[in-house]
Formats: sequence, structure tokens, C-alpha cells
Amino acid sequence: MLQHYLSLFVKAAFVENMALAYFLGMCSFLAVSKRVETAIGLGAAVTFVLAITCPLNYLIRAHVLTEGALAWLHPSLATVDLSFLTFLCFIGTIAATVQLVEMAIDRWAPALYAALGVFLPLIAVNCAILGGSLFMAEREYSLGESAVFGLGAGFGFALAVVALAAIRERLRYSNPPAQLRGLPLTFLITGLMAIAFMAFGGIQL
Amino acid sequence: MSEHVLDPAETERRKKALLDPLFTNNPIALQVLGICSALAVTTKLETALVMSVALTVVVAFSNLTVSLLRRGIPSSIRIIVQLMIIASLVIITDQILKAYLFDISRQLSVFVGLIITNCIVMGRAEAYAMQNPPWRSFLDGVGNGLGYSMVLILVAFVRELFGSGRLFGVSVLPLDTEGGWYVANGLLVLSPAAFFLIGIFIWVLRWFRPEQIEEGN
Repeated sequence: MLQHYLSLFVKAAFVENMALAYFLGMCSFLAVSKRVETAIGLGAAVTFVLAITCPLNYLIRAHVLTEGALAWLHPSLATVDLSFLTFLCFIGTIAATVQLVEMAIDRWAPALYAALGVFLPLIAVNCAILGGSLFMAEREYSLGESAVFGLGAGFGFALAVVALAAIRERLRYSNPPAQLRGLPLTFLITGLMAIAFMAFGGIQL
Repeated sequence: MSEHVLDPAETERRKKALLDPLFTNNPIALQVLGICSALAVTTKLETALVMSVALTVVVAFSNLTVSLLRRGIPSSIRIIVQLMIIASLVIITDQILKAYLFDISRQLSVFVGLIITNCIVMGRAEAYAMQNPPWRSFLDGVGNGLGYSMVLILVAFVRELFGSGRLFGVSVLPLDTEGGWYVANGLLVLSPAAFFLIGIFIWVLRWFRPEQIEEGN
């Protein structure tokens, strides 16, 4: 059991890295990777929110959205299929969770709140978060699996964004061709990083 | 009658709204928007094309709807309202794809749903449709959708042609594994190639548009 979860974590973090294998969360990935400190903040916020929203959306999907899921409420609702509302519910849950998490951190951990700064509210529209929930739904993970998957995917994203930020900090002292400066160069580096991450492809625990 | 004749300035603005996003202000190359959910669908032209059409439709109609409602949306809850409008349009698109193009819908998997969080849609609703009249916002949406489609289809064209020797699933360069002469470049069907191609695309674009070059690294 533990081994299964560990294998899922490694798979979500390295083999199927959100940013490098599925291109999710690219906007913030590219925009916030200029400095290592802000990258760490973004990475932490994404991991945190993913680890909460994945299992939460699992509960909503399993008990409200899929066909017959509403039977616990009343037997006559056993034929109701609300799965077409998946997107709307998931995005609503994510936006609400982000808001709640923001308030909770502000109340109980002001230092962490200051460190995460503007990244928390921005995360509501980060595709990595919605992508995590949608992958969870498509692959039909269980509650435990979806929690591990969320944590692993967030960790993988954080690792990638921090690594990219570290490389970009060093690049500030290099002298690339003018047309390549900034965005194009970042894309090329990300491509090289994606190749490096492909080396994890054969890992089986 | 005179009401229906557009003054030249308005025609000019409409033209600008439609054509600017193609090269001058391309959403992917310059505004760095919407790369998120897009690149994973570019291994084949077919999926890229369907994704492009889906996104163009969603961004155009979300711009139109947001622009029609722009005077009624209180600014404190505008993000939620925009999200709900976009999510509803994406649901409609997804249901249509599932009904008529089921195979492609399966291949696109979660990426149709991810149009909701595609920054182009949110970005244009927030930056353009909230301030501009409906028809022009619609054209801006179509323009941005086309700017995005252009990059997506270009990347998919290169990846499918040189990665698997096909275009739209039809063999163009006969593969050596099937008795032909072309040795497929396996890297192109993997994810790093998409990053390289986009990087090279922006690089080339900036040769022709030097004003887009960034300062410093």
C-alpha cells in the first residue's frame, strides 16, 4: 500500500511533471521564475493548494457529480447525472478553497502569508491546479491516491520552477543574441530541463 | 441609414482589434498567455486544429458576453462572473466535442476543460472586453484566438511532419519502419520539442520585429 502511494508520488512529481511533461501552469511558470525566492513562494503555494483541492474535488465528484452519486440524499435522485457540471464545480471549489486557505494562513501563519504574497490569489486561475483535479477525475483515483497525487504534482511543479529560476539567475550574466533574450531563451532552457526530466521516465518503484 | 455607416476611425479600430494579435501583439509570443494547456495537443495537426477552433470560439464568445454585461458587473466580483461565463462556454464546447468528435475529444482529454484557466480567455475578458463595445470585443476575441491558433498549428505541423512523417494522419514522408526512406525524429513527438519550437518561433519572430526584443535577461 505504502509502496503504491510512493510510486504514485514519484510518478506525479517526476515522470508526469505538471510543467515539463504536460505544460500546465506555464504562464506563472515563466512569469515568476526570474528570482529563486519568488519561485519558492509560488512552488509552496501551488503544492499547498493542489494537495487540498485534489481530495476535495474527489469528494465532490464522488458524492455529488457522478451518475447516481446523489442517492445518499434521496432514493429518487439515484438517476441524476450531474457530470456535465464538473468544470463549473471544480473551478468554483478551487476559487473558494484558495480564498479560505488565504484567510486561514493570514490568521494562523502570518509569516507564511507574507512569504506567499500575491501568489495565493493568482493560483485560482493556475491551470496546474485545475489540471490536477481533472487528471484525478479522468484517472479515477481513490481519495488517498488523489491526495498523494496532488502533493506529488505540486512538489514536481515547485521543483521545476525553482530549478528554472536558479538557471535564469545565473543567465543574467551571460550575453545571448538580442533576439533570444528573455522569453525565447527561457523556452529553450525549459525544453532542456524537460529532456533531463525524461530521464526519470523508466523509474518503477 | 446614416446610423449604419461606420466612421473610418471605428472601422480602423475593428481591423486593429482583429489583426493586431496575429503578429504585432501575438498572445503566445508577446503577451506570454495561454501556453498552459496548449502545447500538449500539438503532437498531431488534427488535435491542434480542433483545440484551436475550440479556443477561438470560447474566447470570442466570452469576450462578447462579458462586453455585453460589462456595465452590470460589479468590479469586486468580476473575476468570479468572468470565470462562470467562461466555464459555461467551455462546458458547451466540451459537450459538443463529445457528441460529434468523440475520438478527438478523448485525445484532448483534460485539455478542453483547461481552456477555462487559459490565460488568453481571462486576459482578454479582463483587459479588453470590460472596456470595449461588444462587436469590437468579439473581433478582438477572434483575433486572439487566431493568433493562438497560428502558433499552435505551426508547431503541430512541424511536430507531426518531422516527428511521425504524417500530416492529418496521412503519410507524407514514408517512414523507414514502413519501407520508406524517412527516419522519424523521435524527439519531436516528446514534450521538450514543443518548448524548443516555441522558443525558436519567438526568436525568429523577433528578427522581423526588433521592437519586441526584451531588455536584459
